[in-house]
Amino acid sequence: MATTADNFQAHTDDHAHDADHKPGFFARWFMSTNHKDIGTLYLIFAIFAGIIGGAISGIMRMELAEPGIQYLQWWAEFMGGNADFDTSLHMWNVFITAHGLIMVFFMVMPAMIGGFGNWFVPLMIGAPDMAFPRMNNISFWLTVAGFCSLLFSLFVPGGTGPGAGVGWTVYAPLSTTGSTGPAVDFAIFSLHLAGAGSILGATNFITTIFNMRAPGMTLHKMPLFVWSVLVTAFLLLLALPVLAAAITMLLTDRNFGTTFFDPAGGGDPILYQHLFWFFGHPEVYIMILPGFGMISQIVATFSRKPVFGYLGMAYAMVAIGVVGFVVWAHHMYTVGLDVNTKMYFTAATMVIAVPTGVKIFSWIATMWGGSIEFKSPMVWALGFIFLFTVGGVTGVYLANGGVDDVVHDTYFVVAHFHYVLSMGAVFSMFAGFYYWFPKMSGRWHSELLSHIHFWLFFIGVNVIFFPQHFLGLQGMPRRYPDYAEAYTFWNEISSLGYHIMALSMVFFFINIIYAFVAGKKAEDNYWGEGATTLEWSLSSPPPFHQFSELPVIEEHHDHHDHIGTAKPA
Amino acid sequence: MTTAAAKSLENRNIRTGLMAFAGAVAMLGLGYAAVPLYELFCRVTGFGGTTQRATEGEADLAARMGAAAGGQQISIRFDGTVAPGLGWDFRPEQRTDTVTIGQRDMAIYVARNNSDRPVTGTATFNVEPEQAGAYFNKIQCFCFTEQTLQPGQEVRMPVLYFVDPKALDDANMEGVEQITLSYTFHEAKK
Repeated sequence: MATTADNFQAHTDDHAHDADHKPGFFARWFMSTNHKDIGTLYLIFAIFAGIIGGAISGIMRMELAEPGIQYLQWWAEFMGGNADFDTSLHMWNVFITAHGLIMVFFMVMPAMIGGFGNWFVPLMIGAPDMAFPRMNNISFWLTVAGFCSLLFSLFVPGGTGPGAGVGWTVYAPLSTTGSTGPAVDFAIFSLHLAGAGSILGATNFITTIFNMRAPGMTLHKMPLFVWSVLVTAFLLLLALPVLAAAITMLLTDRNFGTTFFDPAGGGDPILYQHLFWFFGHPEVYIMILPGFGMISQIVATFSRKPVFGYLGMAYAMVAIGVVGFVVWAHHMYTVGLDVNTKMYFTAATMVIAVPTGVKIFSWIATMWGGSIEFKSPMVWALGFIFLFTVGGVTGVYLANGGVDDVVHDTYFVVAHFHYVLSMGAVFSMFAGFYYWFPKMSGRWHSELLSHIHFWLFFIGVNVIFFPQHFLGLQGMPRRYPDYAEAYTFWNEISSLGYHIMALSMVFFFINIIYAFVAGKKAEDNYWGEGATTLEWSLSSPPPFHQFSELPVIEEHHDHHDHIGTAKPA
Repeated sequence: MTTAAAKSLENRNIRTGLMAFAGAVAMLGLGYAAVPLYELFCRVTGFGGTTQRATEGEADLAARMGAAAGGQQISIRFDGTVAPGLGWDFRPEQRTDTVTIGQRDMAIYVARNNSDRPVTGTATFNVEPEQAGAYFNKIQCFCFTEQTLQPGQEVRMPVLYFVDPKALDDANMEGVEQITLSYTFHEAKK
């Protein structure tokens, strides 16, 4: 039994008798096959991409602080275009495109799935590594290559100016006949690369979770975070290839004279929207489900109670994943759907509120009567539950086809999806980060700085996005750099909120630096008796190769407690 | 775990991994299959206001059914536009017409090529409201084929159509007093 890691790692490192033996710097970080190192790479990459994507949103809030065009001409010149009016407005489209694509494909997905998924799925199921360690490495570098392709697109012509100005949805005909020049091709290629990386990653997670659980860990004993990644991996596997097909059709429409989305040749641009959203709606659950999983672990840990309704929580995620595939047209209520179609998509969309409600209420029930500690991960988790619910409520509102006719493509929609993403997904990532950072690095962050980060971020994002509900209901359309003067007040407030949010990120980065420079050493199980999954049975940071002797999940271990010693293993 | 057990795990991993990957490839195929399936779906159900094609025999049957149903009338509005870049004038000869449900009727559209070269055009079409698509039948239409116009040439192009009396039994068609038939001419892609 003692030679598991050796055998398992035989193809990468056949002299790894010492579990902590690490290869040299280049081999370790550039040719990595170690799930923890790849997870670290993903997290660093996601933070880096997040800085760029967040800076772009800063440019957008700056421009939107006042009516009129203030800064876009400068940016158009800076990016190498003309400073004429059309090019300036094109820059706006480029910014919203880059912000959306970076945040979705290169920040949230790499952090949640690549980062936390890679780090903690093998640890939580008691596996020595992922099933295909080399493919894991390919997944990461494909994502990096995709990011480079997207950044490159900013510097080549995209029709009206440099960069791809097509929105993250890349709708035809704007993305086909509407944008000449190679920028859109590079943006599409970027999605191909990132998509391929994610599909390979999903294959890897499915195989790892199905085949490599520790002896005795049945599916119904898996931690909820592992469940969430399993469901996410299936969504990725089934949704991303449809996007790949759709954007490949865009490429051939653009370059090789096909007419998939061109009515002149018998195509239909609406078909692109169907294909895109058949991917796009599962994609929004891909971005939030791992967050659900992390919140479940954290709320249970800091309430010192097993999560309430474990099976309900697991199958609620499965239900969200399944129903998520049959609601896509609620993103396109205004393309001209007949009443019956709208009725179906309205009803189906609202059905998703049921499993989501099961999760929200189960988190609350987990806390109920618990011995709650307001440590940094827990405050982020509580912030998540509150703000995600706000976003969920506006989601139910928007699910109505009739209501959506009025607020479609307004700032109300922007407010809605930022409440579930920039507050839901991002809060869950920060919660997971503070929960596991000492485990990953072996060093304590400052709880004080984490709490300052939380409160400033909480206030900041609410000041940014809550007023956007008002702007949307008053009719301010999204995707424009300018607006009628009547919308000035709430836009000023919203831009003010950006500054508060940006200030909070300073504390985040100071905190990381503090941890590495002066942070206390973290114990193995620093959260104490509430933390009961397998990663807490290892040192902080865990050894380079763990579980050379597989942990055994005994009869007396339930879904919550995998390391209790009621009966020595 | 012994070497044999590690080997067996590796085999199981490869099998599971390949199955998952096959699922992804199948979805890629489904993405492409969506193109003909979507067209088929629209044609069969009249989704998105896609009109139907009918034979003379079906038109005769519809005429008898329409007469039996009391010969109700409905207004048809005609609309014609050209895609950007196509140097044609294109308009209906008559803006509206009132027809008896089930009875065939003919509408004339006029197209003129204003450019100095022969241009082949193809027309896309649908009707509003969209639920009428399943009941709007064309027996003959200039949109069934491509049309080539010489420089300066003007042609009158007929559409022979009828409204299916089955529309009278559809709750979704209640209150529909006018159907708009719309065409857009594009330059045909070769």
